[in-house]
Amino acid sequence: MKNHEYQQIDPQALVTPTPTPPPRPLPEHKPRRARRRWEVFPGKNRFCCDGRMIAARQSGVLPLTLGLILLTSGLFFIFDCPFLVKHLTSCIPAIGGVLFVFVIISLLQTSFTDPGILPRATPEEAADIEKQIDNPTGSSSSYRPPPRTKEVVINQQVVKLKYCFTCKIFRPPRTSHCSLCDNCVERFDHHCPWVGNCVGKRNYRFFYTFIISLSFLTAFIFGCVTTHLTLRSQGGNGLVFALQASPASALELVVCFFSVWSILGLSGFHTYLVATNLTTNEDIKGSWSGKSGNEDVGNPYSYNSIIKNCCSVLCGPMPPSLIDRRGFVPSDDSVQTSPVEIELPAAKNDINMCTQGTKGLLETASRSPLLTSSCPQAKPQAVLEPLPEIVPEPPKTPHKHHSHHRSKAKQSAHHTPKTSNSSPRPYHSHSSRRKDSKNRDPKFSSLR
Amino acid sequence: MTTELFLHNLQELRHSASLANKVFIQRDYTDGTVCKFQTKFPSELESRIERTLFEDTVKTLNNYYAEAEKIGGQSYLEGCLACLTIYLIFLCIETRYEKVLKNISRYIQEQNEKVYAPRGLLITDPIQRGMRVVSLQSLQTSVCVCECMWSVEAACSSEAVVSPP
Repeated sequence: MKNHEYQQIDPQALVTPTPTPPPRPLPEHKPRRARRRWEVFPGKNRFCCDGRMIAARQSGVLPLTLGLILLTSGLFFIFDCPFLVKHLTSCIPAIGGVLFVFVIISLLQTSFTDPGILPRATPEEAADIEKQIDNPTGSSSSYRPPPRTKEVVINQQVVKLKYCFTCKIFRPPRTSHCSLCDNCVERFDHHCPWVGNCVGKRNYRFFYTFIISLSFLTAFIFGCVTTHLTLRSQGGNGLVFALQASPASALELVVCFFSVWSILGLSGFHTYLVATNLTTNEDIKGSWSGKSGNEDVGNPYSYNSIIKNCCSVLCGPMPPSLIDRRGFVPSDDSVQTSPVEIELPAAKNDINMCTQGTKGLLETASRSPLLTSSCPQAKPQAVLEPLPEIVPEPPKTPHKHHSHHRSKAKQSAHHTPKTSNSSPRPYHSHSSRRKDSKNRDPKFSSLR
Repeated sequence: MTTELFLHNLQELRHSASLANKVFIQRDYTDGTVCKFQTKFPSELESRIERTLFEDTVKTLNNYYAEAEKIGGQSYLEGCLACLTIYLIFLCIETRYEKVLKNISRYIQEQNEKVYAPRGLLITDPIQRGMRVVSLQSLQTSVCVCECMWSVEAACSSEAVVSPP
């Protein structure tokens, strides 16, 4: 047919010769090193050991946490253990050693494990979602479009899934975008500055092990130091004498006294969360407790059995990391950084323009088959700051345990929105978003 | 008139190319956060593959993921052992989830070879898309585009470009 006739034409002659990249670079240029994916990762993360370990870019007070633990434990082993071994039992340093190892290893695992980061949508996926969403107000870069939500029914409970403008995805249930790390994290609990990382689906069990073992360690050291000072002050010597004889114990006593309450409180709070299969994020926002005025709400993810909840959260299968850190970036991957536009000029019918346009189509079809026009909203949304999901919010529902989260060293200013660089008032904007979401597109009102 | 014809053909090209481009099967969250994909048959694939074959593939994938995320005796054992070793065991052994993921990628490869490639389609493993979507793309996109483009160019050029048969 006609097409076959046209195919007899030598395609190379018709299409302007594509400047094929030289197989070898010019002698002046050094061969470009293949980059690993972690080097081009869009989130605010830091990578170590060539992508094997991941942490937040802001390490928060992780050095302080480590320093305090190492200092207190070191003083305990050096100054208290010899006396206690001589007067009591040699099990004391053994138990202390085991607890110390648990604390350090679980802390490092919490800090350097991927918490469950969701990779951002590819341009094709983002375009596919944009096609499904009808934006009646049209695109404008001057204001933020209304929040996009879609509803799903989980266990007879209506759950709203929000659209993340940064990652260009509808967030799965229980997923939240951390503005400090600039990533969507699955089963987002909170961003913990003490460990310098988000706590999410993949590292929650490490975090829980860390705080439980730290509770035991601080309580153990506190008890041992108290025993040590008591033994020393016996025989009419007095407490002052005991403190003068072992000044390091005084420091340990102060550190442990202030930390044991906050750590024990935090452990108790997280034990409650584990038993009810809740996250800190959900608990503080009151998603399932009916605080927002919803009737008949209940946690749809709970198994309604404490043991089953505990087992599923702590002993469930370990999900894999969804971000490819150590893979290599393809050499032509730079095309994906800017959406390919095939907006051919309508007014020109010059042959050269035709061939340019069709040449562009050929290239994109062979490389990354994205032939839909780029979303005009994509770029302005990427520029606008994402609505943060920082937890905890300014103390609307004051949680004693959480607000006293290791407040021995510093005030818990880290949990206020001041640390958020993106939005000064995340909670208020969040509540305004809730009102806006009522004007959602009817096409998205229900999803099977 | 030439411009109008050119634009009309271009729109047709875009339409057909977008249909034959990529189809994304989204996640189904009705059972919670477990990994499960929608089995609804996309309209773009109606002429490309039989409904039952497609549904079988998605159901098998869902079964694989359910098996990986199943909370039962083996997962408890794995979890307790991991807890006792301060989770260092994850650095040494392959978890059940990872084993199932390998089975899944083998299954997808097999499906691509036996079912989808003969129909000009290609399934991408969801793990490469962050477990968000199962994407199907057309293997024939580049061929279709080439054929359409010759007709577009013939319409927009004023000189005769067809070589004599």
